[in-house]
Amino acid sequence: MRPRDKAPATAGAATGRARGQAATSAERLQRLLALVPYVVSRKAVGLADTAAAFGLSERELVDDLNLLWCVELRDPDPYCPIDLSYEGGEIVVSQAESIGRPLRLAVDEASALLVALRMLADVPGLEDRSALSRLIAKLETAAGAAAAPSAQVAVQVDKPTGDATIARIREALARKRRVHLSYYVPGRDEATERDVDPMRLLVVDGRAYLEGWCRRAEGVRLFRLDRTLGIDVLDVPASVPDEAQPVDVDQGLFRPSAEDVHVTLEVSAAGRWVAEYYPCESAEELPDGWLRIRLRTPDTRWVRRLALRLGEDGRIIAPEELRAHIRDDATAALSAYANG
Amino acid sequence: MSRRKTERLLSLVVCLLSTRRYLTAEQIRQAVAGYPEQPEAFKRMFERDKEELRELGIPLQTGSLSPTDGEDIGYRVERQAYELPELRLEPDEAAVLGLAARVWRSAELAGAAAGALLKLRAAGIDTDEPGADTDVRHGIEPRVATTEPAFGPLWQAVRDRRPVTFAYRAAGRSEPQTRELEPWGVVNRHGRWYVAGRDRGRDAVRVFRLSRIEGDVRFSGPPGSVTVPPDADVREVVRTWDSAPAQEHTAVLRIRPGAGYGLRRYATAAPDRPDAPDRPDAPDRPDAPDVPDVPGVADSSPIDPWDTLTVPYSDTGWFADHVASFGADVVVADPPDLRDAVIRRLKGALA
Repeated sequence: MRPRDKAPATAGAATGRARGQAATSAERLQRLLALVPYVVSRKAVGLADTAAAFGLSERELVDDLNLLWCVELRDPDPYCPIDLSYEGGEIVVSQAESIGRPLRLAVDEASALLVALRMLADVPGLEDRSALSRLIAKLETAAGAAAAPSAQVAVQVDKPTGDATIARIREALARKRRVHLSYYVPGRDEATERDVDPMRLLVVDGRAYLEGWCRRAEGVRLFRLDRTLGIDVLDVPASVPDEAQPVDVDQGLFRPSAEDVHVTLEVSAAGRWVAEYYPCESAEELPDGWLRIRLRTPDTRWVRRLALRLGEDGRIIAPEELRAHIRDDATAALSAYANG
Repeated sequence: MSRRKTERLLSLVVCLLSTRRYLTAEQIRQAVAGYPEQPEAFKRMFERDKEELRELGIPLQTGSLSPTDGEDIGYRVERQAYELPELRLEPDEAAVLGLAARVWRSAELAGAAAGALLKLRAAGIDTDEPGADTDVRHGIEPRVATTEPAFGPLWQAVRDRRPVTFAYRAAGRSEPQTRELEPWGVVNRHGRWYVAGRDRGRDAVRVFRLSRIEGDVRFSGPPGSVTVPPDADVREVVRTWDSAPAQEHTAVLRIRPGAGYGLRRYATAAPDRPDAPDRPDAPDRPDAPDVPDVPGVADSSPIDPWDTLTVPYSDTGWFADHVASFGADVVVADPPDLRDAVIRRLKGALA
């Protein structure tokens, strides 16, 4: 046994890779079984490129290669089934024995790809549909029986209003053109008009978004395509400023900011959906199935509308100004009925 | 990580792949370096090693050494069962493969997607690196999240055909109930994960939202003990369950000009009506102050500047919630039960 943490501390710094995530023997075995066919299936492979492809430092890769080279079977006569060299930085496998081909895809692996591909094939307006269906068919064949369970997982894609929306956005992205959007903002119950310089088309959890530089807000904004009322590709080049930072989709689409208002509300059992629906900081159980929810938001107008919607199934606890607004909103709304 | 263990497992794989005959445990011990001499210790280590190979998906076969002698058990790995079949991809196919592999990044199947990509690269396929500027998938960023802890065990249960039990808090209920389910599939719809299958307690097809499952999902039967009906279509089951019923009622609403877009969109006069009104929406990031701009349906007269629209709906309670959220901008003219329900909500918000 040679614990990994005995490695010199400089190794991590030199390679810039995250430490503390030592691969298990099984994980390393998986990598070794992929490494041999990776080299065998290519004409010329360098140490540096291969290390990058496997997410390793060159030092770690050389250690893997040495391990492969050392494999010895002892019976009936001792022999070394794998022969390779990496002189001059180029890897050559001259004897791969029985591990010259990669292992078949496992059920999870086949499913991860097939479910994702079928989801992409469900996105309207993607012109690479033919590549998608050809690839799905090839992977299904290659995976064999391991492909079957993938049919039991599906991600459905919400269709934006009007099939042409995604096609127009892709056209604008490809031609680097500005678009004009009519966009509904439900939190404020407003239809808005704006010019946007498209950056990316995001398909997150089955919903399509345009990410772009909004010229009216002078910032990066996400527009849910099922809320676009209309879109025109303008004959104006898109100009996304250098300071425009794409949203890190792996961190979630809605991120708190320093200017956010902290809101505390309580909802009855009938209002528990609020905790599932909105990004919340915390949800705390109260007696009788009530829930105390804390959330933060840059704009409380949607919370006022939420409070009216909840009626007696919700109560805003803080901030106090918000409570006052809601009382005013409800009073004004009721007066319309008193007059009618 | 133990280098010696990795070496031993690798030798074991090569040894089992290189043989056509079944090898006894003793033959394997002699061929593969690193096994202890002591029989009990060897047996324990060999059992663990076999389990590890199976977990990696290596098709370890067990058979008897000769047809006449059923006593001696032997092992081998058939190359045809081990090897990924030949696979050639066109450049446009390889490009979308790279795109698909990014879908699960940071989600439950991320490791599986990375493992699949590794094997396909090992088969000689060059996938795009993220950020490569190719035309086919330019500017598209797809993602699916699995933030619900129940996703992992439910996927395993679906994959291995095992029944499960879990505590479930149905919509509007204050206490969770224990449910036992034969899961048929998991489906993401409108960004939420659902599991569909046969509820054993109710002996009926049921759909559960993963975010309403509380605590652990436990397997309540062995792998292979669930039979999915051949005609079961989980997407369809979830779609039917989640869809709004037929919109058999009609409301007459008075809407302030420039307001009520969330209702105007579904007015019978308006074009492009989607199937069902949306549930309330996630908060939007703020924009610069808006100047309300008023396109849309204008049905106003000089005497009454408000618009009168007819909007179909299915469920009075839900629609009353929705109408109440527009506050003083929308007034129900008809029917009376909807009008009363909206007034009740507003009084409730005032209390």
